[in-house]
Amino acid sequence: MRRDWSYWLSSNRGPLIAAALFVAMFTLFVSKHPAGFSLNIVNTAANKGALLAFVAIAQTIPVLTSGLDLSVGMVFVMANCLASTLVVGRPVEAALGVLVVLVSGLLCGALNGLIVVFGRLQPIIATLATGAIYYGVALWLRPAPGGAVNEGFADFITGSLGNAVPFSIVLLAGAVLLIWIPYRRSVLGRAAFAIGSSEQAAYMSGVPVARAKFLAYVLAGLFAAIAGLLLTGLTYSGEANALLGGSYTLSSIAAVVVGGTSLFGGSGGAIGTIFGAFVLRTIGDLLFVFDLDPLWQPLFLGMVLLISVSLGSFRLLRVKRRVDLYR
Amino acid sequence: MTPLLRLEGISKRYGGVRALAGARLECWRGRIHAVLGENGAGKSTLIKVLAGVVKPDAGTIELAGKPIVLATPAAANRAGIVSVFQELSLLPDLTVADNIGIVDPPKKWGMIDQRAQRRLAEEALARVGAADIHPLARVRDLALSRRQMVEIAKALARDPKLLILDEATSALTAADVATVFTVLRQLREEGLAIVFISHRMHEIAELADDCSVYRNGCHVATFSAGSKSPSEIIEMMIGRDVKSAFPPRPAQKSTQPPVLKVANLSWAGRLKNIDFEVRPGEVVGLGGLDGQGQRDLLLALFGALTGVGGSVAVNGKVVMLSSPRRTNLAGGGIALIPEDRKTEGLMMPMSLRDNLSFAAIDQFSRFGLIDRQAEEAAIGDMIRLLGIRADGIDGPVAALSGGNQQKVVIGKWLMTKPQIILLNDPTRGVDVGTKQELYQLLHALAEAKAAVLFYSTDYAELIGCCDRVLILYDGAIVRVLERDAMSERNIVASAHNVATIAADVPP
Repeated sequence: MRRDWSYWLSSNRGPLIAAALFVAMFTLFVSKHPAGFSLNIVNTAANKGALLAFVAIAQTIPVLTSGLDLSVGMVFVMANCLASTLVVGRPVEAALGVLVVLVSGLLCGALNGLIVVFGRLQPIIATLATGAIYYGVALWLRPAPGGAVNEGFADFITGSLGNAVPFSIVLLAGAVLLIWIPYRRSVLGRAAFAIGSSEQAAYMSGVPVARAKFLAYVLAGLFAAIAGLLLTGLTYSGEANALLGGSYTLSSIAAVVVGGTSLFGGSGGAIGTIFGAFVLRTIGDLLFVFDLDPLWQPLFLGMVLLISVSLGSFRLLRVKRRVDLYR
Repeated sequence: MTPLLRLEGISKRYGGVRALAGARLECWRGRIHAVLGENGAGKSTLIKVLAGVVKPDAGTIELAGKPIVLATPAAANRAGIVSVFQELSLLPDLTVADNIGIVDPPKKWGMIDQRAQRRLAEEALARVGAADIHPLARVRDLALSRRQMVEIAKALARDPKLLILDEATSALTAADVATVFTVLRQLREEGLAIVFISHRMHEIAELADDCSVYRNGCHVATFSAGSKSPSEIIEMMIGRDVKSAFPPRPAQKSTQPPVLKVANLSWAGRLKNIDFEVRPGEVVGLGGLDGQGQRDLLLALFGALTGVGGSVAVNGKVVMLSSPRRTNLAGGGIALIPEDRKTEGLMMPMSLRDNLSFAAIDQFSRFGLIDRQAEEAAIGDMIRLLGIRADGIDGPVAALSGGNQQKVVIGKWLMTKPQIILLNDPTRGVDVGTKQELYQLLHALAEAKAAVLFYSTDYAELIGCCDRVLILYDGAIVRVLERDAMSERNIVASAHNVATIAADVPP
């Protein structure tokens, strides 16, 4: 009989490949960087990466249920605009503001969940519509860019702990340990995987399909709002930027795929997604150290996406039964 | 005494189709109740009512004397009613342990306790005699018969009061069936009520205490097992007289040159030096235990495997078998009736017309345009030939009954007028009436000089239908049984490769 670890390895191939790719790319980046391995560089990279990583985690959970959430980028922008008006003033007020922003993310996710689960609309179209609505709310909150964000808060969440570990990484690790892993091991979390694997079989097995799907979208809203807070910390302001929202939505899907989560649902997870997001963000950094025009970024991004998806498909070369290709 | 479960006057209509009309069923603790009937008799609907998948239009369900509503599968589970379905309800991307503990896993601090769940899975697997399945394996990677064992283990892990097995043994090997039956008898001793559906009469004779027969959505009769002969039961089921189960085979051996000649065929260590030939008009059986390479052999001949060694000659000409489409076009004329009609045989949401004509579409299309009239004529012929019962040709095949779907799968390939027909266990999960028709069809195909290679897990079928049976063991042909040597005893002995094992493996 095969050993336990070989099963673990085969079920974690995607995240491991993404992690290896990130380590390779980041090592190259740091070694070519004139300043070398310094806190500043690591902190900047961490903040940029974490920003996409949170949006991408938000995307991962509905994707696991074989859904899709096209509104994550807009919830992210809306949370940014809301934070720029609420996370202001004295620390207590700012803290309350943070809470309100998180709750607003949960509410956006809940609306998506209600529409997808009880309205029985296809997630792709339902979230395309709600995404547009959330952008409208963002525009209403902040017709022009601006805001006076509590600087202490902003500097804290984008700074580093003890001048060593970027806070955004701590935040990511915290989200994984306190939200993702408990979720993954909860009945509703596993139900999300079950639904993505085969919704009908999940229903027949007595899995709480409606609740699990609903929770998946709610969590997506929460993670997108956390990303919005992080963005607010980086920019000290809010802006209803539709382009930004759209590009984060698309990048989030790319990060999910690079991180080894199947778009058909049922397999993958947030940890792979985090590495996927960091891989995508390191591309821009590599262009910088190799003195290439940043305008080339989409080209390289596309290539990395294709390569990493191909890596995931290598097993198809070993398929000896052609029928299995069409599974 | 009250029965554990009583269904009374259950009716259900799907649109204009009556699936159940006042059906009833009583299940008692410590008894195994066999539910019999042709496909379309309402068995599946009745079971779905019990499982909480289908809500009946009328009727009452009583559990231990108290009325109960089974609104969802989860509600039925809570009431202690657990079903093992013919169409597997496993989650392919999840591990075996996750599948077994899917609904009510052991928990620690609100989270699933992976260790405890794994122990639970190991116990459940060991209980059904499937300890060879690793609890961390993904279900997707398991063979069909192993998946079905997982399904049964999963059901038992829920500690049911009433266990429903709907064709749950259809994909199992004979050895697995024996272990499962032992477990079921033990559960009966422990006071469990069991509802058992199978198309295999000998399984019912072996296992059941009570039998209920259904026809056209109505309850026909309930009697204690053994009080009626199999032919009486079959008569009740189909409402007509059945003659002998298998049409007689012509006594003469075919002397024409072989249409299919396979030499030294090998593949990936799973098929080893396979040699045989099939003449026109011959039905050659593939036998042996499940999973000894029979399916792979059929796939290899169909061109669905890569890296196949050896040679395959059709009409004396060596052919390259590189894909099902090429196989079909190269003048080889090889058709494969696949095992799993839902995924490999049919496009469920598409119409009967599309499904029947896809494989043969070149015959009635010109410059990429389909000649609808020619198509319809060909389809009409096929529907008549196979006796497919359907409401017009433009409805989805998903709406047909299982037996009729299987006929569509076969018809689709007959449309291509193949010289060589490969059948992969075509009668699995098919009712007695349809089985009969399939045997007749097999007979007719052989008469029309097609070469038929027929894999079946049912020994009686091989004996009844074939001119010759090749017994496979571990990817090699270990024995060829000719007409007179074909007996259940010989097949079973050869299938287990008894002599060879005794000689080769020291104790």
